[in-house]
Amino acid sequence: MQAIESKRARPLNTNHAIANAVKDLDVDVVSAYPITPQTTVVEKISEFVAKGELEAEFIHVESEHSALSAAISSSVTGARTFTATASQGLALMHEILHIASGLRTPLVMSVAMRSLSAPISIWNDQGDLFNARDAGWIILFAHTAQEAYDSVIQAYKFVEDERVLLPAIIAYDGYLMSHTIEPVVTEGRERVIKFAPKRHYPYRLDPQKPVTIGPIAPPEYYYELKYQQVKAINGSLPIIEEVDKDFEKEFGRGYGIMECYMCEGADSLIMTNASYAASLKAFLPEFREQGLKVGLLRLRLYRPFPLKKFVEYTSDIKNLLVVDRAISYGAPYQGPLANEVAGAKVKEGLGFNIISVVAGIGQRRMDREDFYALARMAHEGGRHEETVFYGVRE
Amino acid sequence: MSSEKKVKRIKSLFDLPRDEIFISGHGLCAGCTAGTIMRTLTKVAGKDTIIVNATGCVEVATTRYPYSNWLVPWFHSAFENTGASASGIVAAIRAMKKKGIIPEDKKVNVIAVGGDGGTVDIGLQSLSGMLERGDPVMYVLYDNEAYMNTGIQRSGSTPYGAWTTTTPAGKVWRGEWRPKKDIASIAAAHGIPYVATANPAYPSDMANKFAKGLEALEEGPSFIQVLMACTTGWRFDPSLGITISRLATETGVFPLYEIDHGEFRVTFPVAKRKHVREYLKLQGRFAHLTDEEIEHIQKLVDAQVEKINKRAGKTVIGPLG
Repeated sequence: MQAIESKRARPLNTNHAIANAVKDLDVDVVSAYPITPQTTVVEKISEFVAKGELEAEFIHVESEHSALSAAISSSVTGARTFTATASQGLALMHEILHIASGLRTPLVMSVAMRSLSAPISIWNDQGDLFNARDAGWIILFAHTAQEAYDSVIQAYKFVEDERVLLPAIIAYDGYLMSHTIEPVVTEGRERVIKFAPKRHYPYRLDPQKPVTIGPIAPPEYYYELKYQQVKAINGSLPIIEEVDKDFEKEFGRGYGIMECYMCEGADSLIMTNASYAASLKAFLPEFREQGLKVGLLRLRLYRPFPLKKFVEYTSDIKNLLVVDRAISYGAPYQGPLANEVAGAKVKEGLGFNIISVVAGIGQRRMDREDFYALARMAHEGGRHEETVFYGVRE
Repeated sequence: MSSEKKVKRIKSLFDLPRDEIFISGHGLCAGCTAGTIMRTLTKVAGKDTIIVNATGCVEVATTRYPYSNWLVPWFHSAFENTGASASGIVAAIRAMKKKGIIPEDKKVNVIAVGGDGGTVDIGLQSLSGMLERGDPVMYVLYDNEAYMNTGIQRSGSTPYGAWTTTTPAGKVWRGEWRPKKDIASIAAAHGIPYVATANPAYPSDMANKFAKGLEALEEGPSFIQVLMACTTGWRFDPSLGITISRLATETGVFPLYEIDHGEFRVTFPVAKRKHVREYLKLQGRFAHLTDEEIEHIQKLVDAQVEKINKRAGKTVIGPLG
């Protein structure tokens, strides 16, 4: 976070930071169903609407499946539309996630990441998000409440861009971020709308110009339509980068699409996201003093994957320890991100040693000494054939 | 409802506009009555209309990319979310009117169209949400009494005794053994302003119910259950669709009524009912039934008619003639 000292920050948790972004963006329609730990996002937005601070239609749907369904149709009717969810809610939306991207819907959804049942756990991990990664959405991880606020604003700017027209998820850690208070600068509607003016869906449902949206595509056409999505999400990367740069110019805060923190002089990197990245930023200076030549590779933009940046940051390192808070059962590495990194390593001919670590499942506590243990593991390197399930009792 | 009729009523089919909004060239089966229903519906609704379609026969047969049979905006996203999708469109229009993005006085009819699978079964939750919220959408169910699009599997709307590919007739099973779900009463239980049953064999009655359903949107949602005789799934000659549809009402199998602000009224009284055999014998889906089984179905129809008469407070559907 840069340049916040010039403005007055307010104490907000990430859920409320998101709700404030929705208010400042003058969102027209909110269609959402409450679920822990996202709940206070929709509560806060309801409060804004009730008090007249946000003039929006709030659709009180009966499920997340309907929440996203109504959000899609609202968006293609031309309204700036928002939804939010977590965990089982995101899983219940799964069918509709693919439809949102397939119909090229410019909507934004926040996800307060939480573990998936069974057994039921209301606590944090990222099993929900990684289960949704292949649904064709742009995905950004935020590591502070401020970044979450800023990312929602950035997201509307790029999803409504005619060159993109894809839905985006802003993901952050349930509880660890959704319910913890941080200083957040909010910019107010005037400045936010000036930065991200509404650009209504160009092919909207309008009786003046009838369109058919969502037809059946026979084998002669389906493939090309899906390929257009491939091109659209790959093509969105420079636009996302450009929006972030413009945002920095306007508000003094920029994040890039991938961040390398304390990478100078580091032989090894820990790749992680969201609250773990924030924790590591706090601990790394101390770990460095203790002789661990370890830096942080923070994943911000996840889809599309910022491969060029990744190569730039990892081409000269010895060890890359990838922290996953999700499990890919029965896969070569059981950390889904570690698997992708292994693929990227081969594709780009990179020389680092991969250490796959699963941690924090169901919000298993991770303290300073646990992050120290991970940093030590990264620093020491050595071959780890199998994924390390850190902190599990066998 | 106010006595002022904002959507024109018709006396005969000649009163319907000549303009076609649901156009020819679709892929519905020869003799399919869904096309008849959609054509009438769009003629009544006019151009300022948005159609939201559930996955099903009408959807796949009328929008095979890159073609479309719809001259009004048409939207489809999935099977079970038509109620929610219609709500999203209504909310977007309302928000954009408030914010001056579209003119405040612009009237747009939002009409949801779904088959019995997408409405009575998998889409029931989403439909209930839409009705309970009071969102101004006219939901039109074309009820062909099974999952026809995927090959005639039973649905909650399949009538007693009907053969389907998942309730085949054999020594143990004798076709569907559960009664048809009463979806119109379920919709009415939400306390919405207008609910009706309709039948393309009575086109003026059907068209006027669409008109009333659209008028009701000033107050809230409306729900119209239209019987849709299916040549493929019901196993009858494609020329017999309307004949069979008419028999459904003449036998009391599918009574035509409306519930206007809670007021129940049979719109097509039947003085003397025909025996249910007349309806069943034209359809291959009932070909396996014995005389005894047909008599049992007659008793079920009698009981249903009694219930209707009780709701009407008088005998509007008469005895067997």
